[in-house]
Amino acid sequence: MEQNQPLRFFNRGPSPAVRLVFFALLSLLLLFVDVRYRYLESIRSGLSGLVHPLQRLVTTPSKLWHEVDDFFSAHNSLIRDNAALLRQHTLDGAQLLQLEVLKGENQHLRKLLMVQQRADYPMQLAEIIYVERDIFNRKILLDKGTQANVLAGQIVMDDSGIVGQVTRVYPWMSEVTLITDKDHSVPVQVLRNGLRAVVFGAGDAGNKLALRYMPNSADIQNGDVLVTSGIDGTYPPGLPVAKIIHVERDPTYPFARILCAPIGGVDKRRQLLILSTLLKFPERPEGVEAATDNSKNGKRRGQ
Amino acid sequence: MSDRILQDQEFQLPVSRVFIAATLLAALLLDWLPWQGIWLTFRPDFVALVLLYWCMHKPYHVGISVAWTVGILADVADASLFGQHALAYSVLAFSGIVFYRRVLMFNLHQQTLQIFPLFLLAYTVYAMVHWQLHGNISWKYFIGSVVSSLLWAPMTILLQALRRPRAAPNQT
Repeated sequence: MEQNQPLRFFNRGPSPAVRLVFFALLSLLLLFVDVRYRYLESIRSGLSGLVHPLQRLVTTPSKLWHEVDDFFSAHNSLIRDNAALLRQHTLDGAQLLQLEVLKGENQHLRKLLMVQQRADYPMQLAEIIYVERDIFNRKILLDKGTQANVLAGQIVMDDSGIVGQVTRVYPWMSEVTLITDKDHSVPVQVLRNGLRAVVFGAGDAGNKLALRYMPNSADIQNGDVLVTSGIDGTYPPGLPVAKIIHVERDPTYPFARILCAPIGGVDKRRQLLILSTLLKFPERPEGVEAATDNSKNGKRRGQ
Repeated sequence: MSDRILQDQEFQLPVSRVFIAATLLAALLLDWLPWQGIWLTFRPDFVALVLLYWCMHKPYHVGISVAWTVGILADVADASLFGQHALAYSVLAFSGIVFYRRVLMFNLHQQTLQIFPLFLLAYTVYAMVHWQLHGNISWKYFIGSVVSSLLWAPMTILLQALRRPRAAPNQT
């Protein structure tokens, strides 16, 4: 057997083809395990401890640039901003007072009606440290992780609307899937008439969302605002998500083609809010409301 | 310049493992820069470029195992699935090791054309995995392979220059 082989002066180990097959199989195995099971999360967070400091290092120049830019931002614009903010603050303060009254009243009414109380959602501020560079995914990394009690499934929003959902948590950072991600879905309601729907990321259409599977006859118009319905138990109800910008009713297709633009600054902000508590489900059967609440439990995660 | 590069045979330019590791690290860092929007579409895959360079020029130092390891690091950084980059880079390294004798016969311009199918193959592997798992493909993704191939010549010149010993400027 040895005689048939060509002379080999140096032992180089197995041939490239053998190595390729070995590593390809290894990769495929890892892919399979990663897709099907979640065994590899610990390895991933371990390796991320090695990789993320480097990623942070790489983003420092742009961060420095932003800081320097902030430092030299003109005196005038600061004064103008300050005045505008102060005005806004006064207005908001007045509205907030009303809100407090309404909240108390609502609580009282709900108690009278024996409906489950709406929870308050404590939130924490987190800063974007990294934006995924993969054009297939729309994900960002925030600087709060398990050390700040962030949990996978929590909602991320900015001051105007929903931005995304935490899908993976690392020790010092968390990964957020934006609502414009193709695989992400949010249960919504049309603010104008209460129509329920699910809004998906449009994927390749850029920074857009799509309402799929809405019949041609659905009562939806341009400019309608979509807010979270809260039926899934993951998103708190009533947060603005998107605004309809394009409705196309083609009778040859069973469903209308509806595009929306996100209301929250999905790719604009640097600071975002993480809503800190997931909704607590009521205890298993007990009352009628609890049962209906659970049965409507829709798609919980976008992944 | 290209004549000089053709004269740089593999055994004339010594290379240390530290240098190889440093270039790969630099490539990873370049890949991790906060690319966004249009720049993201045109972003070349620096890691693939540097890996291919070493697979062509030092096939016994850098092989499929190194490519796979770097791929895993890229996967973690990208939050893509474990093994997605690793698989693509393994295929790229394999093609580099198989074709290095053939490709290095050409001059740099011709090499670019020879390199392009290899990059396209690696990009296709990555996109195929994504397509299998998510069911959609973004054609814009393949622009990166073109840009990467165009950067092959500058990258080769740069790395050759870095490898050349500085003490002997008059040597031919």
